[in-house]
Amino acid sequence: MLSFLLQLVQLLLVLLLAPLLTGFVRTLKARLVGRRGPSPAQPYRDLWRLLRKEAVVAENASWVFRSAPSLVFALSWLAAALVPTFALDLPLLRAADLIALVAILGSARFLQALAGMDVGTSFGGIGSSREMMIASLAEPAILLVIFTISLFIHSTMLPHIAGFVLAGEVGIRVSLGLALIALIMVAIAETGRIPVDNPATHLELTMVHEAMVLEYSGRHLALIEAGQMVRLLFFVSLIAAIFAPWGIAEASTAEGVGLVGIGLALYLGKVFAGGLLLALFETGIAKMRVFRVSEFLAGALLLSLLATIFLYVSQSL
Amino acid sequence: MLRGLEFDIAHLFSSSVLILSFGLLYQRRLFGVLQIYALQALAVACAAAWQAYAQAYPQLYVTAAIALVFKAIVIPVAFHHIVLRLHIHREIETVVGVNMTLLFGVALVALSILLVLPMTTTSGNLTRENLALALSVLLLGLLMMISRRNAVSQVIGFLSLENGLILAAIGVKGMPFVVEMSVAFSVLVAFIVFGMFFFRIRERFDTLDVHYLEAFRGERH
Repeated sequence: MLSFLLQLVQLLLVLLLAPLLTGFVRTLKARLVGRRGPSPAQPYRDLWRLLRKEAVVAENASWVFRSAPSLVFALSWLAAALVPTFALDLPLLRAADLIALVAILGSARFLQALAGMDVGTSFGGIGSSREMMIASLAEPAILLVIFTISLFIHSTMLPHIAGFVLAGEVGIRVSLGLALIALIMVAIAETGRIPVDNPATHLELTMVHEAMVLEYSGRHLALIEAGQMVRLLFFVSLIAAIFAPWGIAEASTAEGVGLVGIGLALYLGKVFAGGLLLALFETGIAKMRVFRVSEFLAGALLLSLLATIFLYVSQSL
Repeated sequence: MLRGLEFDIAHLFSSSVLILSFGLLYQRRLFGVLQIYALQALAVACAAAWQAYAQAYPQLYVTAAIALVFKAIVIPVAFHHIVLRLHIHREIETVVGVNMTLLFGVALVALSILLVLPMTTTSGNLTRENLALALSVLLLGLLMMISRRNAVSQVIGFLSLENGLILAAIGVKGMPFVVEMSVAFSVLVAFIVFGMFFFRIRERFDTLDVHYLEAFRGERH
């Protein structure tokens, strides 16, 4: 019973925390370049304003265009709810398989790209085609990272992976370090952060995600923006759950409520530490040309391939 | 436990040397290449110092010091000056694309692992792995030399190849110190010769793109 309650808490937590994380990164980035910036709560206000506005839909938009925002948002929310954040034995976590998570995110991306092309404007098409180019390069890399992790831990289930790392039998592993870097590079591409895509611009030559959702307004746009925020939180939680699971409560019994509380506090700490690192990284780097993205992601693929090779070497000795 | 930790740290240093080799292949800007080369030399120095500690073989500390002073500081700084004086701090063009080069690089790493591991079954774990990684660094240095056109980055490829040699030498127990000293000094001499060649090539062709050398048939007409 308690674990169901905690699952509900996690579902709401990821939803409520995601805009705060995005706002936190935005504020921090503004401060780092010497501007005051909006308050971290600004994304909540934006979402609320968009939710109350009328949704304007193009005349020739089909049901794909109208249903995509809710589906994309639901899939992103589901993915974020499946990642272990502060407790390990929640009922939904039995489905937290890494390959399933990649499939969920892939479906969300597919629907989004379809909706981008649905209205038939050139911007939506260009955004969708670029998004698909990035996806086709990012997905092999993330799958290879998963293969490395599962070769090492013999499981693709997130709770098992977190439990294995928590048991402390890992030590300094070069292959896991490489997998971490590759996963961060893929996460940057998948969430459309700075060297790949700039989330704050509407410059027609460079935008990817913004071009795809240019036709949306009102509550549709609110859902899409919220989905994007949840996706950022998902990747931060995923990296924390695999590579820094310390503090997650392993069993959520009635007497372990204190442990769950500690796990919750540490999870918040990890999320904001991730946001801080992201803001520092984004401030220090320039956006790359769209056609260099393939090299960036080939780098991620290469690192994960090297991780597999290193793992093979150190295990065959 | 300590045995495991010693192995892990040695593994960490030698693999970072290999990863920095890939960084050299990925990087296009000349100053970036120089910085990555300096980092690689630093990683080699760390690996040598760690092996000196792990094998209780104090001569390797001297190797580490040579790598640190000459290759991580003196040579990159000197190259920096050369690049500034020749005004060539622009992008490097590669003969094949970066993606293809990186793929070739991974294939070379797999090749050297498949080659070294079955051949050295009698040696210790650390030596075997170090040899495999060192051979990969060496091959990646060669790959860098053939995939670049700019003379400076070709020389950096040569120097990173030599980093691979040092990495191989420090992993082997009881490598005579004279060998390492002579390798280090030959690299220094090579560096001076290369530096002179840069200025000569530049004077003759107004560029450091060695592509122009191919058609050159001497002073005869």
